[in-house]
Amino acid sequence: MSTPLSGPGPAQQAPGRGPVRTGSPRTTRTARNHAPITATGLAAKVILLGLVAGIAIWAAFPLVAAEKWVGLAVLVLTTAALFYLYLGRRHVPAKYLIPGTLFLIAFQVVPVLYTASTAFTNFGDGHRGSKDDAIVAIQSSSVKQVPGSTQYPLSVATKGDPATGALVFLITKPGTDTVSVGDARGLRPLDPGAATVGPGGKVTAADGYTVLNFGQASARSKDITDLVVPTAGGALRSSGLSRAYEGKAVRAYDAGCDCVKDSDSGKTWTADGEVGAFVAADGERLAQGWKVNVGLSNFTRVLTDERISGPFLGTLIWNFAFAIGSTGGTFILGMVIALALHSPRMRGTNLYRMLLILPYAMPSFAMLLVWRDMFNTDFGLINNLFGFSVDWFGQDWSARAAVILVQLWLGYPYMFLVATGALQAIPRELTEATSVDGASRWQSFRAVTLPLLLVALSPLLISSFAFNFNNFNAIYLTTEGAPFPADNPSNGATDLLITYTYRLAFGGQAAQFGFAAAISLFIFAIVAVVSAVSFRRTRQQEEVYS
Amino acid sequence: MRIRTAGVVALFALALAASGCGGDSDEPAAKDTPKATGGKLVIWADDKRTAALKPFVEKFGQENGVTVEVQAVPNEDLQNNFVTVSSQGGGPDVVIGAHDWIGNLVQNGAIDPVQLSDQQKAAFNETAVKAVTFNGQLYGVPYAQENLALIRNTELAPEAPKTIEDLVATGKQLKAQKKVTETLCLQVGQKGDAYHIYPLYTSAGGYLFGTTANGDYDPKDLGVGKPESIAAFKKIAALGEKGEGVLKRSIADTNSTATFTGKKCAFLVSGPWATADVKKAGIKYDVSAVPGFAGGKAAAPFVGVQSFYVAAKGKNKALAQEFVANYVTTPELAVALYQADPRPPALTAALDQVKSSDPDLAKFIEAGKNGQVLPAIPAMAAIWDPFGKAEAAVIGGADPTSTVTAAGKTIAGSIK
Repeated sequence: MSTPLSGPGPAQQAPGRGPVRTGSPRTTRTARNHAPITATGLAAKVILLGLVAGIAIWAAFPLVAAEKWVGLAVLVLTTAALFYLYLGRRHVPAKYLIPGTLFLIAFQVVPVLYTASTAFTNFGDGHRGSKDDAIVAIQSSSVKQVPGSTQYPLSVATKGDPATGALVFLITKPGTDTVSVGDARGLRPLDPGAATVGPGGKVTAADGYTVLNFGQASARSKDITDLVVPTAGGALRSSGLSRAYEGKAVRAYDAGCDCVKDSDSGKTWTADGEVGAFVAADGERLAQGWKVNVGLSNFTRVLTDERISGPFLGTLIWNFAFAIGSTGGTFILGMVIALALHSPRMRGTNLYRMLLILPYAMPSFAMLLVWRDMFNTDFGLINNLFGFSVDWFGQDWSARAAVILVQLWLGYPYMFLVATGALQAIPRELTEATSVDGASRWQSFRAVTLPLLLVALSPLLISSFAFNFNNFNAIYLTTEGAPFPADNPSNGATDLLITYTYRLAFGGQAAQFGFAAAISLFIFAIVAVVSAVSFRRTRQQEEVYS
Repeated sequence: MRIRTAGVVALFALALAASGCGGDSDEPAAKDTPKATGGKLVIWADDKRTAALKPFVEKFGQENGVTVEVQAVPNEDLQNNFVTVSSQGGGPDVVIGAHDWIGNLVQNGAIDPVQLSDQQKAAFNETAVKAVTFNGQLYGVPYAQENLALIRNTELAPEAPKTIEDLVATGKQLKAQKKVTETLCLQVGQKGDAYHIYPLYTSAGGYLFGTTANGDYDPKDLGVGKPESIAAFKKIAALGEKGEGVLKRSIADTNSTATFTGKKCAFLVSGPWATADVKKAGIKYDVSAVPGFAGGKAAAPFVGVQSFYVAAKGKNKALAQEFVANYVTTPELAVALYQADPRPPALTAALDQVKSSDPDLAKFIEAGKNGQVLPAIPAMAAIWDPFGKAEAAVIGGADPTSTVTAAGKTIAGSIK
């Protein structure tokens, strides 16, 4: 592959520094290897490398800020390697291969590896972050106002610099001018007269303190939310920047027992590293969990869960039928039309072609929704036009026929286009030769045109198959998998594996990304096997006909 | 020669790179000066509300010397995007969304409780405060609430029906007179619609979740699949395609309102969001409560509340708390949000202010009097799909007993 791409350069470049050492052929080498340095080429190089450096610097700051040293190392190494590669004169094949390889790694390999690694975790709603995140969330969401306690007008103040000084709360007893100052050690009353209380009870000035305005205070947001002033009944905390309330964290994490204790009810939830949640003795779980490695359990669940493995085979068969029907149907229809328009006796072909391409030119998202409405039993165009009263999406086979029909309409212009192109590449002399030999039109098509078409179109058919195998929109925007058997709302007659698993992974109580990743690996395996087998067969076919 | 070209290229490239990011880094540096002292508040809202919020947050920013930025995120992505960025430790300081997100946001540690004084709470509609209370904690500040009602074409049906039976009789009469083609526009669709059928389901005696001692919904007491729910679905089946033909799968979210505005049905079950279309079509209409079955319980629509939340991972939580607890609670903002999107304000003072110019609001509130707060517990997410499909199947003529039992099993299986 690289030889034709890189042209004469690498093929004729002497290995290593050989020519340099021999001295005399140096001029030849320069002439041959020094492609002339043109202004455009140089400018392109400068701009592209400048972009690379620019992107690298732009990406470096967030990485440094987040202390992601591995990411930074990858970034620096990649950038350095790119500069080394394109500033030097050697490694010409690599110059052609590296950009594609980088994109392949970034957009194909990394996502696949990430999906694969997710499949071994319980990543999903309620299990997104780390254990520390979960503990913080549990504790902070358990802070309750002490019953019957009052709320106080609050001002945030400091004795030092507004940007760095230690903060205190200045609170006013509601309805009075009594001001207290609070910090981490507790509350102390402030001398009467030392503070000026504004309307609404907020302290506007106090002797020895700088009262922070909202701008200054909001810059110290974290310090303010972290400041807890202990009191007899609980602790004073800020509610925004102008009110303080007396609250109590009911639940607290105890590192000793690795558990969360509730001081009101006395209940304990112990950390369970297997499921990534705090679990009580009676089996109750706290909602806030964390992400853990669950090994193969997502995969075993796919294989052993009756709800999944039960309808799996039927769905798989329909999935194949749908992909083959969509691909084959559009191919046959597109090819027949292309053949008809390819006939030299056909007139007005341009007009026909333009009209035929129309469905391809319309956004398929919108068209799928339009088709869904056209199949409506009482108000749909199809029933109204033909006087039917078919409940299209209400019966298994009519729903299946409907989605394939929609696919046919959406997909044939593409097949028509590529078949037209491929037909024009087949010399007419070949078909003429068959008619000279006395072959009928069908024989000529069967023995010459179709095989030559297939050589050109097989890879497209395989990719079209792979696409339709996972054609989520075609189902989700039309039938959404319906009709569903009355006794099983999780698997419908038109469900593809991908829509079915989407419902399993995200239709329940919470999104389960780990489980969804495991299922996508199964689907990936199926599609990969089908594609590999087809490509092998195509290659054999090419050898026969070319 | 070789070295020189390479060097020149490298130098140029670096110069270009430097100039490229120079502009980039200079600008924020210049802006940083007021920001560093002022702090910055980032709010996520959907497109409509973003526009309504802008003037108010600018005022808030100017009064308090802070920068406030409202970012528009499409409503259908808002919750998911927020949870995702929050788990990465970033994201906005304040988020605006429906109250039934609370369960999921809390289990992902994405929002913090809000502490309101009793006086502040009292200014709100009681149901709205109840809706944003989860596990005994207030997690958001409500600003609007909504529920379903019966909208009727007063030219076709001058009297508000007292019961479903009344409604069916009127509808059938109109149908016989060829004035309409459908008895009732209540959206069902191929996969059902739990939200819209809920008033009938409750009137027929069904329930989704029982309640715990403190009034919260209890995910362990699932009502779907219980005898009450089967009885309720039998009544719904009687109105279905094999029965009276009042409820139909061919009436869906896409055509329900359009069929009503096209005068093909006299009754529409929908919420405040439908009134704009009805007005535009020039139809004389009135709003009343969704009627229940004769002799049954009162029909209870779901009450949903739109609310402001404080993000747990926000950079500026103190300011976010200040904004949500002390600024959002003012009537001016609630009125402006009402004007952007006509849902009844949750703040009683704001409702009083707009009630006079929009008589529908009071009627919608009245229609929601019997309403039940849409459960915010994470288990609710497991209800929608199976419940809706069971509804669609029963309306299509499937056996209620086996269908609802299967739906109950599926739901129970996906509740942790």
